Amino acid sequence: MNRTRRVFRGAPSGRRVFRIIPGLHWLEAGSLFLLGCSAILLVGCKQEPRADLVIVNGNEPESLDPAIVTAVPDMRIAKALFEGLARLDARTDRPAPGLAERWEISPDGTTYTFYLRSNLVWSTGEPISTADVLYSWRRALSPSTASDYAGQLFYIKNAEAYYNGQLTDPSRVGIQALDSRRFQVQLDYPLAFFLDLCCYPTLAIVPRHAIEKYGDGWVTRTPLPCSGPYELVAWRLNDKVRVRKNPRYWDAARTRTELIDLLPTASPNTALNLYKTGIADVIWDKDLVPVELMDLLIKSPDFHNFSFLGTFFYRFNVTRKPLDDARVRRALALATDKEQIVRKLTFGGEKIATHYVPDGVANYQSPKAAGFDPEAARRLLAEAGFPGGRGFPALQYTFFASAGGGAKIQGKIAVELQQMWKKELGVEIGLRQIERKIFYSAQSRLDYDISASSWVGDYNDANTFLDMYVSTSGNNRTGWKNSRYDQLILEANRQADLLRRAELFRQAESLLVNEDIPIVPVYFYAGFALFNDKRVKGIFPSILDEHPLQEIWKPDRQSRVHVRQADLATRF
Amino acid sequence: MSETLASSLRQDNPGAGHLGPNQRAWRRFQRNRPALISLLFLLGLLALVGSWPVMLNVAARGGARSAAWAEHLQPDRLSNDQFRPPTLAHLCGTDVHGRDLFSRILFGAQVSLLVGFVGAGISLVIGVLWGAIAGYVGGRTDGWMMRTVDVFYSLPSIIFVIVLVTTLEGGLKRVVMAFGIGSTDLTARLLLLVIGLGAVSWLTMARIVRGQVLTLRARPFVDASRALGAGPVRILFQHIIPNTLGIIITYLMLTIPGIILYESFLSYLGLGVEPPMASWGLLIAEGADQINPLRIYWWLIVFPAVFLVSTLLALNLVGDGLRDAWDVRAD
Amino acid sequence: MYFLRRFALVVPLLVVISLASFLLVRLAPGGPFDRERKPASPEIERRLLARYHLDEPWWRQYLRFVGALGHGDLGVSLQYRNHTVNDVIAQALPVSASLGLLAFGFTMGIGLPLGFFAAARRGHWQDYAGSLSAILMVCIPAFVIAPVLIIVFAIRWRMFPVALWASPLHAVLPCVALGLYFSGRVARLLREAMLTAVKAEFITAARAQGLSETAVLLKHALPLALLPVVSYSGPLLADLLTGSFVIETIFQIPGLGAFFVNGSLNRDYTLVVGLVVVYAVLLILLNLAVDFIYVLLDPRVRYE
Repeated sequence: MNRTRRVFRGAPSGRRVFRIIPGLHWLEAGSLFLLGCSAILLVGCKQEPRADLVIVNGNEPESLDPAIVTAVPDMRIAKALFEGLARLDARTDRPAPGLAERWEISPDGTTYTFYLRSNLVWSTGEPISTADVLYSWRRALSPSTASDYAGQLFYIKNAEAYYNGQLTDPSRVGIQALDSRRFQVQLDYPLAFFLDLCCYPTLAIVPRHAIEKYGDGWVTRTPLPCSGPYELVAWRLNDKVRVRKNPRYWDAARTRTELIDLLPTASPNTALNLYKTGIADVIWDKDLVPVELMDLLIKSPDFHNFSFLGTFFYRFNVTRKPLDDARVRRALALATDKEQIVRKLTFGGEKIATHYVPDGVANYQSPKAAGFDPEAARRLLAEAGFPGGRGFPALQYTFFASAGGGAKIQGKIAVELQQMWKKELGVEIGLRQIERKIFYSAQSRLDYDISASSWVGDYNDANTFLDMYVSTSGNNRTGWKNSRYDQLILEANRQADLLRRAELFRQAESLLVNEDIPIVPVYFYAGFALFNDKRVKGIFPSILDEHPLQEIWKPDRQSRVHVRQADLATRF
Repeated sequence: MSETLASSLRQDNPGAGHLGPNQRAWRRFQRNRPALISLLFLLGLLALVGSWPVMLNVAARGGARSAAWAEHLQPDRLSNDQFRPPTLAHLCGTDVHGRDLFSRILFGAQVSLLVGFVGAGISLVIGVLWGAIAGYVGGRTDGWMMRTVDVFYSLPSIIFVIVLVTTLEGGLKRVVMAFGIGSTDLTARLLLLVIGLGAVSWLTMARIVRGQVLTLRARPFVDASRALGAGPVRILFQHIIPNTLGIIITYLMLTIPGIILYESFLSYLGLGVEPPMASWGLLIAEGADQINPLRIYWWLIVFPAVFLVSTLLALNLVGDGLRDAWDVRAD
Repeated sequence: MYFLRRFALVVPLLVVISLASFLLVRLAPGGPFDRERKPASPEIERRLLARYHLDEPWWRQYLRFVGALGHGDLGVSLQYRNHTVNDVIAQALPVSASLGLLAFGFTMGIGLPLGFFAAARRGHWQDYAGSLSAILMVCIPAFVIAPVLIIVFAIRWRMFPVALWASPLHAVLPCVALGLYFSGRVARLLREAMLTAVKAEFITAARAQGLSETAVLLKHALPLALLPVVSYSGPLLADLLTGSFVIETIFQIPGLGAFFVNGSLNRDYTLVVGLVVVYAVLLILLNLAVDFIYVLLDPRVRYE
């Protein structure tokens, strides 16, 4: 009894208190058991060699199968593992020879003949021939693969008919292997960006033997036969993707970094912490640089920003009154002070958008559209029957919220827009924030008045921005149909003359941003990357935000190892 | 045994002294200094939250200076004074849009307190009844009721809220419109939020209450009053629930911050309050984004957190005080 | 006997829970393949759905699911199309479970003593200090605590890594950030239950026997006071073992929590239902354990 009291007074630690109670041994045993289990599980983590380069890449890849990938971070990895007939030049973002060493284009621009390099092999040693190319393209086009981007192949003769089941014989699709090194493609019409598509992951060359052996999970199995500059070492969900130099790649001599880790990071602050403590060498996803700190980071020598093929804009639902009136749409557009949004909210060197297709796209120059002009806006709104905003119905501006980094800015933009319309036009627009998937489904069903939108180009051509507003496109989502626009896009894409093609596109875009205004571009995204350009070389500004892994290298590996160890000494 | 019988009899016959039980409880509460101060703090906060919009409105109609003052403090007035640290003009500083944070905290309090209290109320009524009935009746009923709780608890709450919001939103808006209460969208969204949060927050309460009832129903004083002919409803409400009141109040006080913070998570997913509206949870979540090694706009996180913590601290102390004041055995 | 019967109930309960969650995820608007951009033709969309049998009536999809579940197969994730749900769980559950167990240990290790001493020193400054810290823990969410811990311990003092999951040291900060919130709740519950318990008749009797106050509190009041904590611990442990979205995002830990949230947001039907099944098994078994512990703590508890 006396002893009990002493222990209680003298030992505030819970453990010893429990020991003196006979009936409660299980508590102690239980906590020891828990600690034991955890220790075992933790020790179970394998110790791996350190990677030579660690990159914060963006969200966890949904897939690494080139036929299935849709997101930019996924594509960056998929392209390192699997190469197409052509690949993008890291410095110019233009197509350059890949697995094909050269190609010939027929004078009418509809027949492409590719010449495969000799002695091409998979990273596991088996040879690559045109039969693999044929298999890979047919696989991407096969309905059973269910590729989101199967449409990238629809420009090939008979491809869409085959996909839709109107044609059952795959050999009638316009692709064929002439012999083991020559591969021929027939297009429906001369397509200016067909070589860009050949750099696209959907058309990359994939290993038939692994796919037929393992099915859906083939790309998670190692050793994975790879055709690109890197091969897969490990892919652990939400942990990392680790790749190693593929020594059998045709251009392996120029691959300079041996082992690379790509981290799937969801939070911008975490990405920054990893970078600041030297664990990550590069952050290169535009959504993973904290917006809150952009004004500080932009002054740092490690911060690199470049123009990027992406536009933030808003859509009008032209099927709803009074948005069916182009004057009302124009008034709302003219009252949008884009400068203010960029100055107050984005901070990353974004440029305001007076037109829709971002500057810097290949072979194209956009038309100019009117900027911020509240005076004209008020006049137009009065003309449309709402002087000073009187009688204007209660419309809503719809946007989505998401826990992810970049999407938070949507809410801030909404707040500013609401204020601008109220101040300049006297119009009360409500804000409707909904969950992401609900938002996409509402937008597709035209269940909105005005909706926040963004678009990122798939390939370096104006068509990736403009063909989405043709009447039949699933990405139109405005209810706006214009036969002249449809005609212009169709004509442009059949046009072999690049200058003439650009002119047709320019007329079409002018309809979008000057005349009918179903959409209002607000600003162009900027691409960001955070790295010390003295220690990491070979990351070039890229309008597609693609940075081929094989180009990246560190001039002085020693210095980094040094920094790491100094780091580690204090941490471990 | 006889002593417990006596105590249970005493419970049945309150008012043995010359003061009624309410009066005695109030007297005991007054003697509890921390609880009394907390209560005054809470009342003061409620008064401030309630009168702030009115004050701004009145000031806006006043002279030029007071109108300017009110204009400057409107919670949804945007300005170019972004990220200003606290000054006399902006007591708690300003946010990314240059809005006054103090004003936004007071407006956010409306949402958070409403959601927290109503959600906790739902959890109190459903959770306590469900748990008490399951625990007291026992056997098969207990089995069914608690398995139902398990099923609800297993369902993913985000999906549950998504389905709730989308299926009910349209209908609810029409109802709200028919009654003409305030702004349609806003009221409907708030109602949904409260229903959704309440619906997921009663489950643990039910489990805890049931656990308590399981041991209480086997105590001698319950047997005694059963022997005296008391019915199950009477036993439940007069003997068992009063004896679990302490735990119920404590867990309720834990539910409120839980709900307020869960609301901020839902808002982040686009299922909660919509901008430009604010709530404490959302303000804290936005402030938390600012915590990084390079620069911290400390006021964005500190002030909303201080309001939340002090309110909940006061609530807890009042809860403790109430529990003690009503404790029959304290005499 | 009672517990055997409860154990037999696991399978029918799982059927109910899986069916309910199966229907619930499909009721939510938007599908797994609704994205910012639509495929080039409606036919591609149709084929995508057909590939994963999403074009079939729900009951047939459910039968397909149950049939596969019989072989222990939870299907292919719709978001991570190269991974099966089994694969996702096999990779993420061990991580979540080890972090969860550690955090549970931490929660109890902090929460129980804190609650006990606050109750034992009722009305003294120790009580107020203990209760104040418990309430602070409850009110300050993990998404505030975690970045503060990182800045102080990982960036300023370099004691622990900022993020990632590679060594036991990596588990320390996430475990603290995750556990603190629940410690506060456990402490509040235990303190309250202790205060109630010391008023029970048999405690008075024990005091009358001349036992010291400490012995009375530890031997007689504590087991009774643990009851609400035990009730709370069942679901708590199930939650902790299956991960935390906030902690996993901030510390970049490859656990299950992020899959729960992202799966729901992406309408990854198979992944969500698979995770719910795993979670439900844990929850049901832990609640069974809770009911068993009630009897250990208070032999008067009867279920029949």
